[in-house]
Amino acid sequence: MKSRWASAIVNGLLIAATSITLFPLLWMLSVSFMQPGAASTYPPPLLPAHATLANYHELFERAGMGRYLVNSLLIASAITLGSLLFNLGAGYAFAKLRFKGRERLFQTLLGALVIPGQVAMIPLFLIMKELGLVNTYGGVIVPALASVFGIFLVRQYARSIPNELLEAARIDGASEARIFATIVLPLLKPIVVTLAIFTFLASWNDFMWPLIVLSDQAWQTAPVALAGLSREHVQDNELMMAGSVVTTLPVLILFLALQRHYIQGLILGSVKG
Amino acid sequence: MTERRAAWLFLAPALIVIGGFFLVPVLAAFALSLTDFDLYALADLHNLRFVGFGNYVDILHTPLFWKSLVNTLYFVIVGVPLSIAVSLATALLLDSKLARCKGFFRTALFAPVVTTVVAVAVIWRYLLHTRYGMINYTLGHFGIAPIDWLGDPHWSMPAIILFAVWKNFGYNMIILLAALQGIPGDLYEAARIDGASWSQQLRHITLPMLRPALLLVSVITVSGYFQLFAEPYVMTQGDPLQSTVSVLYFMYNEGFKWWSLGRASAIAFLLFVLILGVTSVLLRIGRRGDAA
Repeated sequence: MKSRWASAIVNGLLIAATSITLFPLLWMLSVSFMQPGAASTYPPPLLPAHATLANYHELFERAGMGRYLVNSLLIASAITLGSLLFNLGAGYAFAKLRFKGRERLFQTLLGALVIPGQVAMIPLFLIMKELGLVNTYGGVIVPALASVFGIFLVRQYARSIPNELLEAARIDGASEARIFATIVLPLLKPIVVTLAIFTFLASWNDFMWPLIVLSDQAWQTAPVALAGLSREHVQDNELMMAGSVVTTLPVLILFLALQRHYIQGLILGSVKG
Repeated sequence: MTERRAAWLFLAPALIVIGGFFLVPVLAAFALSLTDFDLYALADLHNLRFVGFGNYVDILHTPLFWKSLVNTLYFVIVGVPLSIAVSLATALLLDSKLARCKGFFRTALFAPVVTTVVAVAVIWRYLLHTRYGMINYTLGHFGIAPIDWLGDPHWSMPAIILFAVWKNFGYNMIILLAALQGIPGDLYEAARIDGASWSQQLRHITLPMLRPALLLVSVITVSGYFQLFAEPYVMTQGDPLQSTVSVLYFMYNEGFKWWSLGRASAIAFLLFVLILGVTSVLLRIGRRGDAA
């Protein structure tokens, strides 16, 4: 009897908590289908009285959201592919290849993790300006092509690769590049998926740096454009909800499809901090 | 090709990116903070002058800096414990043997973490709407008069804190859940045999065993919350009465609205030193507890 009560309390609290986390997201979806102005009534309507795609129409036809989503997609994909390549190479080298000063160099990089990214942003803006990368995709992509966190994650994982495997390949005369491509990469596959989804979500959701380096509307990512829209259309709740849906739904779906890998990366990354 | 040469070739691309686009800019930021770099210097570098620690002195005499610091500290001091408390409570619920459909609950509780902060801030701005917002509507059922969440300087920061807790607690929940699952079951077994109640087990087994994980999430959350920016940018634009101007928001405006890049760099450095100071104190307190 006592445990039935306890079970009801535990599950009841979980249902209450999930309602709070999910309600804003579900309501966003519902309001995005309401007629313009329909959501500005009291009491707030839960479901659209007459469902319409008018807000999405307005969003893509007039506000040019399609362009911003393409920008986001291209930038996040390029960062994901490029940084996978760079971080995998570096993480593997730190884990498995012997060279002088390896540990010291790695510790230095880890030390850099305490510096907030915003400290670098102002000089970075000036560097990007010199390189002609302000208001280009490159302005967002290039600085994100490697990350200490990504290198750390790969190194942790790559340390479990047996040295005998690599030595045997070397004795057979395989080049280091070949060893990496044919032996190491297949073994790193799980961490590749984890790192890919982590990087993609982080780049898609990133806000402050793209806001700084992409002031020209044509190049803006979806979050930056949405922030701009929300400042102009303070009263157009239905339109803004549609904008939020198209900005956040892609990453939510990607997360749902690959959440096992994402959660694993989160826990792996926090083991040593 | 030797192993050593191969290693450097594998490392080179990543090191060039991190060095050139992060470490060098960090050093340059310090150099920049000692100059009066502004719109004129941006046009012609000959206008640049070395001012020593002038920017720092100047900022410490700017009332809006202190205002932004107080706002940010408010956000950190209230927001961090609240976030961690919610993370811990939900992690304990998910870890409970009595919980059903754990996979669903875990995913649903974690979902806000992966959403785009700008998009969900827009949603919350609507939820918090004084007249049509769902939050005031719900509070109305309990006889609470409508609150002007984002328009009243007393409520603007609490509103942003509520939003931030909703958005972020899932991250720490996952870390704490993993730590909870790592606590050996026989500890609880032994406690139950000794007749320890649920709350006694929580106090004498769970919380002490969670200590390292709690320290970790505290450090991560504190340094993250000091970097408050997107929430006020979207929800309040720093208003009302500058009650939600954070240090980073202040830096952004100085740097990219007024183009005082020297001053903005100094603000960034002050924030860095502050975060470093607070997190080292946290780590010291946490480790001292370990020794005791």
